[in-house]
Amino acid sequence: MSDQAERAAPGNGIDDSSPMPAPPETDLVQLLTPDGDRVEHPDYSFDLGDDVIRGFYRDLILTRRIDTEAIALQRQGELGIWASLLGQEAAQVGSGRALRTQDYAFPTYREHGVALTRGVDPVHLLGLFRGVDQGGWDPNEHNFHLYTIVIGAQTLHATGYAMGIQRDGAVGSDEGAAVIAYFGDGATSQGDVNEAFIWASVYDAPVVFFCQNNQWAISVPLERQSRIPLYQRALGFGFPGVRVDGNDVLASYAVTKAALDRAREGSGPTLVEAWTYRMGAHTTTDDPTRYRITSELDAWKVKDPILRVRSYLDKQGVLDADFLADVEAEAEQLATHLRTACRAMPDPSPLSVFDHVYVEETALLDRQRDAYAAYLESFETVGH
Amino acid sequence: MAITLNKGLNMGLRKALEDDPKVVIMGEDVGKLGGVFRITDGLQKDFGEDRVIDTPLAESAIVGTAIGLALRGYRPVCEIQFDGFVFPAYDQIVTQLAKMHFRSQGRLTLPVVIRIPFGGGIGAVEHHSESPEAYFAHTPGLRVVACSNPVDAYFMIQQAIRCDDPVIFFEPKRRYWEKDELDESDEPGPLFSARVVRPGTDLTLLAYGPMVKTCLETATAAAEEGRDLEVVDLRSLSPLDVDTIVASVRKTGRAVVVHEASVTLGIGAEVAARVTEDCFYSLEAPVLRVGGFDTPYPPAKVEEEWLPDLDRVMDAVDRSLAY
Repeated sequence: MSDQAERAAPGNGIDDSSPMPAPPETDLVQLLTPDGDRVEHPDYSFDLGDDVIRGFYRDLILTRRIDTEAIALQRQGELGIWASLLGQEAAQVGSGRALRTQDYAFPTYREHGVALTRGVDPVHLLGLFRGVDQGGWDPNEHNFHLYTIVIGAQTLHATGYAMGIQRDGAVGSDEGAAVIAYFGDGATSQGDVNEAFIWASVYDAPVVFFCQNNQWAISVPLERQSRIPLYQRALGFGFPGVRVDGNDVLASYAVTKAALDRAREGSGPTLVEAWTYRMGAHTTTDDPTRYRITSELDAWKVKDPILRVRSYLDKQGVLDADFLADVEAEAEQLATHLRTACRAMPDPSPLSVFDHVYVEETALLDRQRDAYAAYLESFETVGH
Repeated sequence: MAITLNKGLNMGLRKALEDDPKVVIMGEDVGKLGGVFRITDGLQKDFGEDRVIDTPLAESAIVGTAIGLALRGYRPVCEIQFDGFVFPAYDQIVTQLAKMHFRSQGRLTLPVVIRIPFGGGIGAVEHHSESPEAYFAHTPGLRVVACSNPVDAYFMIQQAIRCDDPVIFFEPKRRYWEKDELDESDEPGPLFSARVVRPGTDLTLLAYGPMVKTCLETATAAAEEGRDLEVVDLRSLSPLDVDTIVASVRKTGRAVVVHEASVTLGIGAEVAARVTEDCFYSLEAPVLRVGGFDTPYPPAKVEEEWLPDLDRVMDAVDRSLAY
C-alpha cells in the first residue's frame, strides 16, 4: 500500500500526503546502529567501556519502567495526566549521563529519564501529575530545575543561569560548569527559544540547547514548525548545530559531552538536535490515531533505543543472565516503590495554598488565610 | 543635598551595586548610554560590563535570563525602557517569575527587580505613556511599588533590591526631574507601606507615583477654600498597606483614589473595595475614583485632557464633600 493510499484510508481522516522529512544520513551522528553494531564517526567517538554501556542499559530500562508505571497509575486514576517519554529514553539518558555534577539542567515536563540521571527520586516526578505539588524535588540538590510547562520558557532561564556561571568565573577550563536546556521541536517556533539562542550566542554563554525532535508537537508535524532541519538553524544564530541519532544512547552521550565541554571551556553554546520519535501519545489525554499513521510508528519501532543496546551487549557477550536478572529486579523494585509511594502521597492541606507565595508573608495574605481557617473551623464546630 | 528623582534612582542603584557584589543591572541601552532616561548613568563605567549589562533588544529575554541569574544567586535589576514595552516580558513575569517560589515550595527565591518608567504627560508617541501596574498587582507572587519623589526613589530602589521576592518597581517618568532634599543617613520606613504625606481632616486623597504631586497641589488649592485634605502616598500597590489607608479614611470619612491608569479595574477599584469593607460605618460618601478614561492612551496633543489633573481631582473632592 502506498503511503498516500494509507493516509487516505477510511476512518483515518488524514489526506495530507506530504512525507516526513527523513534525515540525510550524512548529517546524523550515529555510533550504534539499530542492529546493535558500533560504527565510527569522524567527529565523535564513544571511548568508555562496556561496563558504562551496561549502566546505560540499566538507565534505559528503569526510565522506560517509570514511564510504563506512570501510564498505568494514570489509567488507574492515581495520576490526572502523564506525559510519556516512550521512545526518547536514549536521548535523555545519553545527554543526562554526559552532565557532570556541577552542571545544571533545565527540563520540560517530559524529562523523566534526565531526572533519573540527576538522582531525583522518580516518585517526586509524579506529584505534578497527581496534582499534589508543582515540583517535589529540591532543584539545587540535584542541579535539575523544576519541570517547565510553558513551552520554551526554560531556555531563557538556562541561558541566564549560564550567564551567572560566567560571572562566577566558573567557565573557561575543564573544571568549568555548563548548563543544558531541554526542549522539543515545537518549542523551536517560540520567541523565547529564539531569544535564548541570540543571548547565548552574543554572550558566549556556557549552555547546550538540547532539542529532542520527536517529530510531533501534539498533533502538528515537524514540517509545520520548520522549513529547514532544526540543527541548521544554529548557524544563523552564530553557533554550531549538530543532529544526533536520539535513539542511539552512545551518540547522544558523545555529542552532548562534546557540546558541554565546549561550553565549559568558554566557547559558547551548541544546538543539539536529537532525532527521535514520540512513540506514545503526547500525554495520556491525547489520541494520536487522529493525526498520524501506524506505518510511521512501525518504522520507528525497529529503531528502538533499548533493543539496539541489548543487541550490542549480547553480541559482546556481556549480557549475562545475572545482569539481566539484576536489572529486572531493580525495575520491579522501582515499580513497586512508584505504585506504593504514589498512592501514599497525601493531598495538600487546604491552608497550604497560602504557603510560599512570598518569602516574607504579607499582612493581607495572612488575613485571607486566617479568614479561611476560621471558615473551615466553623464547619467543625457545627459537626460536633 | 538637592537631587532629582532620576538622580535618586541612580544613586540608589550605585549604592546597591557597591553594597552587594551579586547585584547586576541589565536592560537595553543601560551601559554606555546610561539608559534613555540616564538612570544608570556612569554605572557601567564604574562597575563593568559584567554587572551593568547592555542586552540584546528582547524584553522577554531580559526577564527570562534575569530569572536564570537569580537561580544562580544573583540579584538582577532589569530596566524595561518604557511601560508599553513590558508586554513581551509579561509571560515570563506572570507564568515564571511570580510562581517559582511557590512552585518550588519555598526552595527557590527570585530576588529580581523590574524597573518600569510609567505614566504619561511627557508628550511621547504611543506605547510610551502607559500605566500597566494593575496587571502586575493582580498577580500573586509579585510585589509592586511606585515611588513618587527623589528621596523615596533613592531608598525604595535599594529596599526593592534587598527584597527576596520579585518586585515590579514603577517610576513616574514625568517626575524624573522633580527635586527634593536627600539626607542619605535617614532611616527609611518599610518598603511595603503607605505614607501620609499631608495630614488633613476633611477627605483622604489616595495616590501613587506621578499623581501624588497632583494630589498635593490639589490639597494646597483646597486649603485656600478652607478644605483640609489628607494625602496618602500608597507607595506599595501589592501588597496594599490597608492599615494606613483605613486609618486615614476612618478619620476623614471620605476617600478619592487617583491614578493615571484607566479607571475600570484599576488600583482604585481595589482600594475602594477595601475601604468600603473596612470603613463602612465611617464613610460619609462613596469612595470616588479619578483616573484615565477607559480608552487607549490618546495622542500626545490631547493627553492633558485624558490625564487626571488638579481640576479633575478637585471636582471629585467637591462631589465627595457634597454628600
